[in-house]
Amino acid sequence: MGLINVTINNQTIAVEEGTTILEAAKKLDIRIPTLCYLNLEHVKTVNGSASCRVCVVEIEGRRNLAPSCATPVSEGMVVRTNTLRCIKARRLVVELLLSNHPTDCLICEKNLNCELQSLAAELDIRRIKFHGVRATHEKDISSKAIIRNMDKCILCRRCETMCNEVQTVHVYSAVNRGFDTFIAPALNLPMDKSICTFCGQCVSVCPTAALTVVNEARDGGHGKNGSCS
Amino acid sequence: MSNFRMHLLVCGGTGCTASDSLELVKMLKESIKKHEITNEVEVVVTGCFGFCEKGPILKVYPDNVFYITVKPEDAEEIITEHVIKGRKVERLLYVEPNTKKRLEGQKSIPFYKKQIRIALRNCGFINPEDINEYIAADGYQALAKCLTEMSPDEVIDTVVQSGLRGRGGGGYPTGLKWKYTRQNQSDEKYIICNADEGDPGAFMDRSILEGDPHSVLEAMAIAGYAIGAQYGYIYIRAEYPLAISRLEIAIKQARKLGLLGEDIFSTGFNFNIGLRYGAGAFVCGEETALIHSVEGKRGEPSSKPPFPAQRGVWDKPSCVNNVETFANIPPIFLKGPAWFKKIGTEKSPGTKVFALAGKVNNVGLVEVPMGITLREVIFDIGGGIKNNKRFKAVQTGGPSGGCITSENLDIPIDYESLSSIGSMMGSGGMIVMDEDNCMVDIAKFYIEFTKDESCGKCTPCRIGNTRMLEILEKITKGNGTEQDLKDLVELGDVIKDTSLCGLGQTSPNPVLSTLHYFQDEYLAHVRDKHCPAGVCQALFSFRILPEKCVGCTACARICPAHCIEGERKKVHVIDQSRCIKCGACYNTCKFNAIEKG
Repeated sequence: MGLINVTINNQTIAVEEGTTILEAAKKLDIRIPTLCYLNLEHVKTVNGSASCRVCVVEIEGRRNLAPSCATPVSEGMVVRTNTLRCIKARRLVVELLLSNHPTDCLICEKNLNCELQSLAAELDIRRIKFHGVRATHEKDISSKAIIRNMDKCILCRRCETMCNEVQTVHVYSAVNRGFDTFIAPALNLPMDKSICTFCGQCVSVCPTAALTVVNEARDGGHGKNGSCS
Repeated sequence: MSNFRMHLLVCGGTGCTASDSLELVKMLKESIKKHEITNEVEVVVTGCFGFCEKGPILKVYPDNVFYITVKPEDAEEIITEHVIKGRKVERLLYVEPNTKKRLEGQKSIPFYKKQIRIALRNCGFINPEDINEYIAADGYQALAKCLTEMSPDEVIDTVVQSGLRGRGGGGYPTGLKWKYTRQNQSDEKYIICNADEGDPGAFMDRSILEGDPHSVLEAMAIAGYAIGAQYGYIYIRAEYPLAISRLEIAIKQARKLGLLGEDIFSTGFNFNIGLRYGAGAFVCGEETALIHSVEGKRGEPSSKPPFPAQRGVWDKPSCVNNVETFANIPPIFLKGPAWFKKIGTEKSPGTKVFALAGKVNNVGLVEVPMGITLREVIFDIGGGIKNNKRFKAVQTGGPSGGCITSENLDIPIDYESLSSIGSMMGSGGMIVMDEDNCMVDIAKFYIEFTKDESCGKCTPCRIGNTRMLEILEKITKGNGTEQDLKDLVELGDVIKDTSLCGLGQTSPNPVLSTLHYFQDEYLAHVRDKHCPAGVCQALFSFRILPEKCVGCTACARICPAHCIEGERKKVHVIDQSRCIKCGACYNTCKFNAIEKG
């Protein structure tokens, strides 16, 4: 494969064909914030949904901002990752995500370990301008292993990629559309009635507390059969 | 086959069918039978004439007499008077509104005068359910020419030379799209016809498929030959049952005659077409979402590149073109690219079909050369604004487009000019608004549509459009602030800039363009808590003018909330606390004594 020259924030680098802007930037030690992006190198799987729009960058000659995680470089491409336009857009996108997210961070299981939380901190978001309806889903505590709290889901689709492409169990897919979209097993069945094998891989890739594991000390007794010792 | 001396062409499009045109056909046939002239006169059910406002439409051929709003009970008179005695049924002719003269020829009617019909050439002319009628109208000749006289590269060159651009909205050069798909090597390739027409009010694709399905099939086969595909999908909304049934009939007939299938025209070229039904999601008009839907997956767009020309349906190179684009293809080959290029403008050759709707006198489907002005379309073809009201704006491009005001009415229509004034060509919806339309309300309507139709994949479109709608609702309820207007602009700009697909990238246009052109109206809503057009219920009231009220009691009698009080022949008063602002009193008062404001 041939090498392709790309200029990112005034630094030029030659990378292999098919490299994404995000990967090329990494080689130049340029950090672009990401959220939905996930590269599971050891299993050669990338969550390339490009759905969160946090990693957007400016490409000369293009009308719109482009997701750096899913845009391959092309010869002579000139990219800027840190313009006011990019930063403002990123901040607004995260603000929108926060406007539809519970604000119980202090008592959230993922407190200090949440990718959305650290991203909001990194982008210095101190106020949420937009207020309005929030998604309200019933918490799925049906299984003894995995708790689904779709109110905290940001639709990064990592769990879908993990479950369908890596584990090939095909439990998760998107249900409904628009603002009402959420991720669920087929027919929106509770987890204990789904085909889930409870491998827990979806929990491990979830950036927020949308998917968490049952903590017996904390949640004990919620299940129909009590302890699972 | 009999040689009929006269053909009665009756519109069988969805609009005229809904106003009983098929019953009219039945009555005509019965009457023909009764008068024993079945060997002389034939009734043909055709596709849409476009003049839906005046449907059902009946055209007498070869007399070239155009009857409008024909009812089933008029059948007998048409047969006895016109067909048998040769006397036109005057009362069914179109009346020119200014001169009050009755016009008989289709072309003499102002609605048709400035139209040039290429994509709609056979609509209202042939029976779409009979392949022989299409063949008689030069059908499948273009395919024969391509397969037997031209190489695939020559076919592509012809389309490139014609300058034809995608009629689905984007305006991408069709020839280039074919060329790129041809260049990508693969054992399998696919042609896809995008018939997922979803703009509110637009129905040109449906009309073409209902009125002339073979032209689309023929063009798809030509495209297949050009790019090296052997199979085509037509992705059509399941809500278009008539179009689907006509397509099914057309595919069957074409296969029977060997115009689709194996070894077409004995050239060794194979091409088959299958239908795929959409469930009516607007986003599936976006090509990557459409491809996923064809594959049976969730109708969600994905990042480009890869483009469909590289990796489309079943990961094979695919070429997605719109129905109207395809309908333009056969004439380009029959009459030559130079002929096509002469019509329209330099950068946007050919014609465009618009679905003219809203507060305009002649609602319907019009095909006009590019470069015509909006003023000509709205005032000459459309016959001006209903009830002599004042023109306010025209929305083009549906929920992706913007509002255009009177100052831009004289701009020649093409892809670039519409974009430059904050709107877009889109698929050709054209909704005319008058002084009674509130622009904030219009913006709210479109955002509500895109919010509902967002697939939910990317953040800005999923949450951003919901937030925009919430802000607009706040404004129309009288709780808006000037900061809200700033937030709308900021939000709109970022949604456009960061959304994954065309839906989100254009969804704020109606809001941004109305904010730009009608800032005063927004300010009236937020500053004065007043809706100047009297649409936003919380922001206007009805008042009886004492000097004009004669005390006729008409308003009090019609008020469903019983909130108007007053004695006979004395001034009446509306109890504002109980008024539901339905406007019944306003519409009933004969003395203009009720003020809205």
